[in-house]
Amino acid sequence: MLEAVVFYVLAAFILGFGVLVITARNTVHSVLFLVANFLCVAVLYVVLAAEFLAVIQVLVYAGGIVVLYLFVVMLVNLRAVPEARLDPRRQSRLGFLLTTALLVEVIAIMVYSANRPGAVSTLAPTADVPVSGNTEVVGWLLYTDYLIPFEVASVLLLVAMIGAILLARKEA
Amino acid sequence: MYPITPYHYLVLSAALFTIGVLGVMLRRNVIIIFMSIELMLNAVNINLAAFSHQWQNAIGQVFAIFVIVVAAAEAAVGLGIILAFFRNKDTLNVDEMNIMRW
Repeated sequence: MLEAVVFYVLAAFILGFGVLVITARNTVHSVLFLVANFLCVAVLYVVLAAEFLAVIQVLVYAGGIVVLYLFVVMLVNLRAVPEARLDPRRQSRLGFLLTTALLVEVIAIMVYSANRPGAVSTLAPTADVPVSGNTEVVGWLLYTDYLIPFEVASVLLLVAMIGAILLARKEA
Repeated sequence: MYPITPYHYLVLSAALFTIGVLGVMLRRNVIIIFMSIELMLNAVNINLAAFSHQWQNAIGQVFAIFVIVVAAAEAAVGLGIILAFFRNKDTLNVDEMNIMRW
């Protein structure tokens, strides 16, 4: 009962803030709604017993990525809103249609799969991990089974950092 | 009241993903388009966390962390590109993003 109430409230907040992100006129408002959205998703992770993921969400998304966005929004002081200049070739109606098609498709897949007998997971619960607690389990998996993807991710971040510095440099 | 199943999380995630797609399709401000992409990545992460909870297996959370890593890299490089583009064309309108060199 409590879980249901928490879920529906959080879902309403997440979707509401999501709609506000893409409808806000002011870009700074959009970024702030994005922060609220990320924080609600973090609370949802706590409900899902993924505490480490929730902390990472707050630290990396709400703390890091969004600050990056805010910096860029404030660095580019726009004189005219990008929406002000209308491109006559732009197909907004087609965009709506395509998105509606996507939504219908997703709903159709869900309805179809809901009517089928429940899929049996071949995935066993994480049992062979000699530690307990969410953060410990995730850390154990990252440093044993997923060590190579972990290292590749670090290389990816290094490349992204160098690329971002090169691209944003004042004079090449 | 029905219990909350992974199905509920799937619906929530699909709705959030659709909002992101709508933002990419309809907005012209390239920063808002990037934020819509972040919304879509978040929708995926909700799915991963929900199924991780369902099967009591932490591998889904590990994958969600990798998704966050890629999102961070994408935001850094993308915003660098936006800054470089803005210096040259003085606009953030995607419709005017038609140059490959500067």
